[in-house]
Amino acid sequence: MSRLQDKLADGCFVVTTEIAPPKGVDVHSVVETAGRLKGVDAINVTDNQGACMRMSPLAVAGILVAEGYDPVLQITCRDRNRMALQSDILGAAAVGVENLLLLTGDHPGFGDHRAARSVFDLDSVQLLKGVENLQKGTDMGGNRLTSAPRFFVGAAAAPAAEPRDPVMRKVKKKIACGASFFQTQAVFQRDQIESFMTEIKAEKIPVIMGVLLLKGPRMANYLNTNVPGVRVPDSLIQRLDQADDCLAEGLGIAREMVSWAREWCQGVHLMTFGNEDLIGDILAA
Amino acid sequence: MIISSPKDRRTLSQRLDPYDSVFIVGCGSCATVCKVGGEEEVFATQEWLEQEGKDVSGNMILDEACHIMRASRELRRFRSQVDEADVILVLSCGAGAQSISDSYDKPVLTGVDPLFLGNVRRFGQYEEKCSLCGECLLNQTGGICPVTTCAKGLLNGPCGGMVDGHCEVDEERDCAWVKIYQRLTLQQRDIFSQVVEPKDWSRKFKPGSHDLKKDRDGRGRT
Repeated sequence: MSRLQDKLADGCFVVTTEIAPPKGVDVHSVVETAGRLKGVDAINVTDNQGACMRMSPLAVAGILVAEGYDPVLQITCRDRNRMALQSDILGAAAVGVENLLLLTGDHPGFGDHRAARSVFDLDSVQLLKGVENLQKGTDMGGNRLTSAPRFFVGAAAAPAAEPRDPVMRKVKKKIACGASFFQTQAVFQRDQIESFMTEIKAEKIPVIMGVLLLKGPRMANYLNTNVPGVRVPDSLIQRLDQADDCLAEGLGIAREMVSWAREWCQGVHLMTFGNEDLIGDILAA
Repeated sequence: MIISSPKDRRTLSQRLDPYDSVFIVGCGSCATVCKVGGEEEVFATQEWLEQEGKDVSGNMILDEACHIMRASRELRRFRSQVDEADVILVLSCGAGAQSISDSYDKPVLTGVDPLFLGNVRRFGQYEEKCSLCGECLLNQTGGICPVTTCAKGLLNGPCGGMVDGHCEVDEERDCAWVKIYQRLTLQQRDIFSQVVEPKDWSRKFKPGSHDLKKDRDGRGRT
């Protein structure tokens, strides 16, 4: 069992954050950043985040394992077909990765290789099922594995997305296909996480709520136009606009959101974009 | 039909640079309807080439450039003009261009970029609804194709980028999966209670070939 899984099983409130692999081969910054993360249970390693090409997250996750951390390897369906995905997942098990977060992936149109052909041979539900089968010792072609991997497998959920019903139906499919925890997209409104958690309560599945540190109105507007699935409400943009110290205001907002997560969810996933040093402050009650 | 758009004239001009004399072939089917290779465009291309200082040895419009045997036969009637040319410029989809390139030793260039198999909304407006994937899912998806109309071709519901029923790639566009959900609900049908299996892409074997005398797996029909 991964440490993340253990903590959730023990009913602890978990804290995760994320590291983007470097755009280059020097991994010192990754190790150094990981070292500065205080109070964090697991570190997600993003997979060509925002459809921008970076080092393989599998390599970075392997390095984090070697350094004693508990990484959550994010895997998207955008860049690899079912063979490449399964082979990377077996590789992840071999280097000691114990947590996966299986995602659809942003469309290449958002990234830095817009001419790239997107793959999406599988969707996130099919990938979850594929990993469930790998854990049972069979690949997607129906062939037996010589030895099966073990993972704590997570999936994404978007509590703010409307219309709600098809989104929740997909969430339930993910559970049926072996998702053992959810990480939500950034939540900015209390009622959204409340109603999501109310609806999913009966499933008894841990939910790690996404909290994004807003550093100012410009960043909020940028996220709204450039990051799929992220919608910062106007009221928050206004608060940031009127604040004397944007970052302090953003920190205050993030703290409020962490308090909702403590009330409703089993953990929080912090997205701080280079401000890892503020994680302690965000978590401070 | 096959929707195409004209190639940029500057790049086409560079491709044509080594040649002095050009024979132009249009197509009376899709290329005429989407205005890339009908009479009007063939004449306009001829005029442009002459302005560029080329000699146009002749032109003709095939009924259906994609019909390999017929295209070759129709073109044979223009043999002397074709023989005079250094290059054949085809204004049709890539299928049509290859009917010609297979029947002549001369270089064949295409003046268009084929885009997709399209439905016509109204004159001049085309939409892609089918990507000829080899195994149709419409019976399960309320007659809306997610392989084509979802930007990611997802088969099990909307992605996390969907906002207010719109696609993450283009805010103007409806999310295919929201549309599927709404239509199936209206018809009291459902797809969300089942997991749609990964597509069998072996059904989309490349290059495709099909013989009416044989079934999909190449066995003779009884």
